Amino acid sequence: MEIIVAVTVGLLVTIGIWMLLDRGLLRVVLGIVVLGNGVNLAVFSAGRLDGRAAAFVTEGGAPALAANPLPQALVLTAIVIGFALFVFALAVLKRSFELHGNVETDRITAVAEEPAPDLPAPAKSVTPTSGDSAAMQAAGTSRAPGALPATPPSAAKAERHGAAAGGHA
Amino acid sequence: MNALIVSPLLIPLATLVATLLARRSPRLVTALSLTGALALTAAGLVLVGLAAQGQILATQAGGWAAPYGITLVIDRLSAAMVAITGIVGTATLVFALARDEDPARGPDFHPLVHGLLVGVCGAFITGDVFNLYVWFEVLLVGSFALLVLGGGRRRLAGTVVYVVLNLVATMMFLLAAGMLYGASGSLNMALLAQAFAAGEVPATAHASVVLMLTAFSIKAALFPVFGWLPASYHVAWTPVSALFAGLLTKVGVYALIRLVTLFWPDAGIAHEVLLWVACATMLIGVLGAAAQVEVRRILSFHIVSQVGYMILGLALATPLALAGAVFYLIHHIVVKANLFFIGGIAARLTGSERLAAMGGLYARAPWLAILFAIPALSLAGIPPLSGFWAKFVLVKASLDASAWIAAAVALVTGLFTLLSMSKIWNEAFLKPHPAGDAGGRSGEGLRPGLWAVGALAALTVAIGLGAGPVMDYAVAAAEQLGAPDAYIAAVTAGGGR
Repeated sequence: MEIIVAVTVGLLVTIGIWMLLDRGLLRVVLGIVVLGNGVNLAVFSAGRLDGRAAAFVTEGGAPALAANPLPQALVLTAIVIGFALFVFALAVLKRSFELHGNVETDRITAVAEEPAPDLPAPAKSVTPTSGDSAAMQAAGTSRAPGALPATPPSAAKAERHGAAAGGHA
Repeated sequence: MNALIVSPLLIPLATLVATLLARRSPRLVTALSLTGALALTAAGLVLVGLAAQGQILATQAGGWAAPYGITLVIDRLSAAMVAITGIVGTATLVFALARDEDPARGPDFHPLVHGLLVGVCGAFITGDVFNLYVWFEVLLVGSFALLVLGGGRRRLAGTVVYVVLNLVATMMFLLAAGMLYGASGSLNMALLAQAFAAGEVPATAHASVVLMLTAFSIKAALFPVFGWLPASYHVAWTPVSALFAGLLTKVGVYALIRLVTLFWPDAGIAHEVLLWVACATMLIGVLGAAAQVEVRRILSFHIVSQVGYMILGLALATPLALAGAVFYLIHHIVVKANLFFIGGIAARLTGSERLAAMGGLYARAPWLAILFAIPALSLAGIPPLSGFWAKFVLVKASLDASAWIAAAVALVTGLFTLLSMSKIWNEAFLKPHPAGDAGGRSGEGLRPGLWAVGALAALTVAIGLGAGPVMDYAVAAAEQLGAPDAYIAAVTAGGGR
C-alpha cells in the first residue's frame, strides 16, 4: 500500500511540475491542480495508511487499529482551499484569454514588464478608450471628503491610458 | 484575556463582513473600514503593552489542550507585528481616500483589505504549523483579488505571475507541513520545538523544515527565488502595492524567524546557508534596483534587498542580531509602505511613473520632497532616522560575529540604496518636467494621501529619535526568540482559558 501511494504521489508531483513548466497558461494552471492533488495525497499518507477502524477510540479498544483523523481533516481543508484558488486562477485565465488572445507565459511576462502607462488625466468623466476598460467597473463615485471638482489639466502628453503601446521611456 | 488574543482576527473579520453588508453606501463602507483598522491598531498596541511586560499570551481554540487544539500565541514579536499591521492598514485605507482615477478605487477595496489583514494577523499569532498554512492561504486569496482589482492588461499579467509563483510556494509549504506531521506526530510549533530540542525527531523532520523554509523564502522574496516580486508589485493600484510592499513579504520573514528560532535555536548549517542567501539578497536586490527606470520598480527591488537585512539578523542568531532583525522589520514596514505612497502621489502630480517623464516636483511640491526625503534616507540608513539604528545594530552584530563579508555587504548595500534614492530624487524632484510647465497635474483631492504619508513619516522619525525604547523592546523580543522555553511553557500550560 505504501509503495502504491508513494509512487502515485511521485507521479502526480512529476506531472504537475512538468505541466507547470509548460508554455501555455492553461497547462500551468492545470499543473497546479495536479501538483496540489499529489501534495494532498502525500499529506494524507502522513498519517497511517493501515487504519482499519473508524477514528473512535473506545475504552479498552486498540487505538492502533483506528484510522488517523487528523491528516484527513488537513487534506479536507487543503482540498477546499485549493479548489477556491483553482477557481480564482481559472477566472484570471479566462480574463487573460479575453485580453491577450494567446496566453503564453512569455507573453504574460512581456506584458507585465511593459513600461508604465501615463496616468489618465483627471477628468470629471473617465472615458474608456480601449477594450481594456470595458470590463472594469466604473470607479467608485464617492468623492473623498474635501475633493473639489477637477480643473481640466493642461494639455500634456496625450497618451491614452491602457493603450497597447506603453510610454517610450 | 482570551478575547484580546483573538481580537486581531475578529476585528478585521467583523469589519470585512460589515463593509460587505454596507456596500451600497460608500461613505458608510469607508467609515466602517477605518473604524475597523483603528480598532485593530488599538488592539495591537494593547497587546504590545501586555507583551512588553514579558508575558506570553496563549490560548487554545475551543479549549482543547495543546496537542489537539489550535494554539494562538502572542509574544513580543507577534504583538509588535500585529500593531504595525494595524498602523500600515490604517494608513493604506486613509491613502485610498485620496482622489484617484484608477478603476480599482471602488467599494470592493475595503473588504478585501480587511480580508488580507485577517490572514496577516492570523499568520502572526498562530502557534500551529497547519494553521499557519491556512492563514497564509487567507491572505493569499485577499492579495490575489487586491492585486488584480481594477483589471487591465498589465495588472492581469502581473497577477498571473504572482498567483502561479505563490501557489507553488504554498504547495511546498503544505507538503512540508504534512511531512513534518508524519515525521514527528505533531503540528503544534511549541511541541515540535520541544521534540526538536530533545532530539526526538527523525532526520526527515529536519528535511521537511528545510522544505518549509524554502517555501517561506519564496514568500519572503529571498535571493534565488525573488523574481516574482518585481514582476508583479508594480502593476497594482498604488495603495495596494504599498500595503503589499509593507506587509506581505514580511509575513514570510516573520515565519522564517519564528520557525528557525523555534526549531534550530543554535546556529548550524541552516544559519550558514541563510547568511549567504541574505548577503546575495541584499546585493542582487539593490543592483536590480539600479537598472530600473520606474519609481515602483526601483522600490520593488529595494524590498528584496531590505529583506536580506532581516534574514542577515536571523542568520547570525546572536541576541543582538535577532534584535536588529526585529527592529528592522518594524522600521521597514513603515518606511517601505510610505515610499510607495509617495511614489503614487509623485506619479499623480507628474502624470507618469517613469522617471524620464517625471520632474519638477521640487519646485511644485516642496513638502512632498521633504516627505520623500525622510523615508528615503531612512531606507538608506542615514542617522538619526530609524533605518540607521536598524542597520547599525545589524552591522555591529555582524562584526561581533566576525562575519566580515556580511558587514561589508550590508554597508555597501546601504550606499547603493542611497544612490538609488538620489536617482529618484534627481529625476522626479530636481530636474524640470520634460513637458515644461504644462507637464504638471493638479494635486486636488490628494489631501488624505498626504495625511497618511505625513503620519508614517512622523512615525519613522519617532522610531529614529526614540530608538532607545523601541530597541529595548526589540532586544527583549529577541531574548524571547532566543530562549523558546518560555514560549513552549506558555503553550503547554494550556494558556489562560
